[in-house]
Amino acid sequence: MKNKNIWAWIILIIGLVYFFLPLLATFNFSLKMIKDHYTFEAYRVAFTDAQFYRSFGFSFLWALLTILFSLLLVVPTAYWVHWRTHKARPWVEFITLMPFVVPAVVLVFGMSSLYGGGLNLFGIPILVLTGTPIPLVAGYVILSLPYMYRAVDTGLRAIDVRTLTEAALSLGAGWRVILLKIIFPNLRTAILSGMFLTFAIVMGEFTFASLLYWPAFGPYMEEIGAMRAYTPQALAVVSFLLTWASIGLMQWLGQGAEQEQLAGAH
Amino acid sequence: MSITNEKLTAQPKGDVPMARPPTKRSPVINWLPLAPFFLFAAMFLFLPSISIFIGSFKSVDGGFTFDNIIALFTVKDFINAYRTSLMISAITALGGAVFGFLLAYAVVLGGLPKGLRTFMTTFSGVASNFAGVPLAFAFIATMGNNGLVTRWLESAFGFDIHAGGFTIYSVTGLSIVYMYFQFPLMVLIMAPALDGLRREWSEACANLGGTSWHYWRYIAFPILIPSLLGTTILLFGNAFGAYATAYAFSGSFINLVPILIGAQMQGDVLFNPGLGNALALGMVFIMSISMIGYVSLQRRAARWLQ
Repeated sequence: MKNKNIWAWIILIIGLVYFFLPLLATFNFSLKMIKDHYTFEAYRVAFTDAQFYRSFGFSFLWALLTILFSLLLVVPTAYWVHWRTHKARPWVEFITLMPFVVPAVVLVFGMSSLYGGGLNLFGIPILVLTGTPIPLVAGYVILSLPYMYRAVDTGLRAIDVRTLTEAALSLGAGWRVILLKIIFPNLRTAILSGMFLTFAIVMGEFTFASLLYWPAFGPYMEEIGAMRAYTPQALAVVSFLLTWASIGLMQWLGQGAEQEQLAGAH
Repeated sequence: MSITNEKLTAQPKGDVPMARPPTKRSPVINWLPLAPFFLFAAMFLFLPSISIFIGSFKSVDGGFTFDNIIALFTVKDFINAYRTSLMISAITALGGAVFGFLLAYAVVLGGLPKGLRTFMTTFSGVASNFAGVPLAFAFIATMGNNGLVTRWLESAFGFDIHAGGFTIYSVTGLSIVYMYFQFPLMVLIMAPALDGLRREWSEACANLGGTSWHYWRYIAFPILIPSLLGTTILLFGNAFGAYATAYAFSGSFINLVPILIGAQMQGDVLFNPGLGNALALGMVFIMSISMIGYVSLQRRAARWLQ
């Protein structure tokens, strides 16, 4: 028994070193902009760049739009599958797993050729979406689908959908009232945890934004990385704190509930 | 007792015990509210995938051809890209699975303080999502030319990691970076699976005179093997589709399939959109196979982990 314990500690320590060494190194690196001194100069430089706020603002906007559309799409669908059309469950679940089969870079490739004039009838483009942020936000909604759906589905399992709906219907409530006043508030925790994970994924996302040429925090960081030393590491620290805050809040909210959560966008 | 049991088993599957018979509605009303979801998936998931499929069989002048698919197996750059991508995904999936399992075992069953487990799962949640551009920067600061570990090895041991012609901007270097989001994912999935091992099983084994080796060899391991293999496959796909981390870490130094597809999008470097489509189709094909494996193994695992 004692032996086992020692091995557990050794593995834990290796794991902690792997976790924290790169973070320590990044933080250490970000403080060394001025030779032989530890300063926050790199952060000052990062935070005085107007582009930083612009790209961060854009990412924030993309994240909000993604969360909004993702909720509008996922909550009614998951609710309806629970309440009435059980037969649809395998189909809906299949679709929510698809983002694991079609990687982001492949999806963005398909979208940009399809909606960049590729979808045509006898040479006349039917639907051109390049130039609008629709493919970007739609792509983000797809990327976050597995996490959002799983979170909402878990939430729905925990409440008595049938009784709540029938009680509401018999009291004369319409579907809008049922969704907004009954289902949404009951799913608050589940929805919030889905939101935070989506937020974390979108804020640092690079592939879609970069290949569709939209300003965002991910491509901005990459650009700075190619141009400067030290500032990129300061941005990495900021980005890490952002991820930590989102996921930390999510896990804190989901305490007690079965949280199964997979990785984000790489 | 028997009445309640009968009642329970007689009920159709649903969210609550049904007091009333289910109302019959037309299929239109049953399926219509799901239309927006399916329409969205069709537009932004299936049509782009179909477009890639069709594009793979299109020649430069728009006719039908198998040349793009044949090119995947004959053009040296493409073969190399697939080989490197497969290799990096396999190495980091196996490495991540082994180490992630050991770590999950240590925090769940290793007799460590309880708080460490909560900390480790929270941190794994963060680390498995901390990828892309900032992760690349973190590892450049760690083991790049001016990195902390590089400098430390040099000053403490006089050991120059670049002496043997080694560079971190290589398959090995990128594998070390990918491991950062690979093994936490394994911890996240294996921790609940290890919780599913009931204490009665090990007690039963001990009562029958079995040793800890017998327990792992004949009970725990066979039960865990579907989740272990399934998650390894998931890790494989996780690394295989990664674009941002590789791009930010090494630019186009390392010839990976996602990097090639990205380059094709940015500047038609292959001078033939059909080739880009074929490369993408190959990725979808490999990912599909791995997902089918994952889902079927997951089903087997679910039997024991109720």
